[in-house]
Amino acid sequence: MGRQGFWRGVVDALPFVVVIVPFATLFGLLASEAGLHLYEIILFSVVVFAGASQFAALALLKEHAPVLIILVTALAVNLRMLMYSVALAPHLGAARARTRAFIAYFLVDQSFALAMQDYEKRPDQSLAEKLGYFFGAVTPIVPVWTISTIAGALVGRSIPAGYALDFAVPITFLAMTAPMLRTRAHWVAAAVSVGLVLGLRAMPYGTGLLVAAAAGMIAGAAMETWAARGKHD
Amino acid sequence: MIDRADFWVVVVGLGIGTYLLRFSFLGFLGNRVLPWWLVRGLRYTAVAVLPALVAPAVLWPEAMGGQTDPARLLAAATTVLVGAYTRQMMAAIAAGAAVLAALHYLA
Repeated sequence: MGRQGFWRGVVDALPFVVVIVPFATLFGLLASEAGLHLYEIILFSVVVFAGASQFAALALLKEHAPVLIILVTALAVNLRMLMYSVALAPHLGAARARTRAFIAYFLVDQSFALAMQDYEKRPDQSLAEKLGYFFGAVTPIVPVWTISTIAGALVGRSIPAGYALDFAVPITFLAMTAPMLRTRAHWVAAAVSVGLVLGLRAMPYGTGLLVAAAAGMIAGAAMETWAARGKHD
Repeated sequence: MIDRADFWVVVVGLGIGTYLLRFSFLGFLGNRVLPWWLVRGLRYTAVAVLPALVAPAVLWPEAMGGQTDPARLLAAATTVLVGAYTRQMMAAIAAGAAVLAALHYLA
């Protein structure tokens, strides 16, 4: 594994630690408030290792939604990882099978964003250096994510009511999404989805969300197609 | 209280499903080309799913008995605007939380 790439990855990932600490702490906190034990919270985080979908699954579990609905919704949140896998395959697809199995587990928003940026900036890297960078980038993220989750779970029960903590998840999710709204098509996808989910709230247990999200994706894709056509004419 | 049987099914199912999404093309699909309409749609999953997931809680927060709360609404709007403008997740969280705290302090 390329040592040079590894350390470059570690250094580049350090700023992300600032984002992960509050996010993971909040998850540990809310999971413990929902009555989960520490070992259950840790296993949840280690097995799934995808924060946004863990928040979604936790909220639906608390509402006693049917298991199938919870799984479909939380997996829809993680569908973007299919895109990540597609995008990294040309760079890392030649690695050994066992190495690729590890890469897949550690494929999160941060490691993907960092790796793609680095591979595009330095196109002449060897496979070893690319692998080194990828694993370097996840090295600070994994322990910080786990320790912060545990810290949140431990302090969870001692936080007094009245801090409007219910609103921490909406704010975090909106803050994650807003920087992704780069084009008009992204805004259209978000607006269509939000409008529909509010209109369809009579539908039980987040089934309205699935309809709304699918419509939002189609609207975004249609808008992009339409915008591209306008450019060619 | 969370049902423990449901909980474990969700943890295992979500863990396996998420892993397969991540492994898919790196692992066994290789460099197969996806249909363009699918690639285009997948690009919008995050922006379609994440805000819709929390939109009802923004408009009708449970902590307020389902009544719209101007402070929460304004905090949410601030978060989106600051996030879209600065492209910084932490700046957006800080701005939204500050607005919410300030309005609750004033109220």
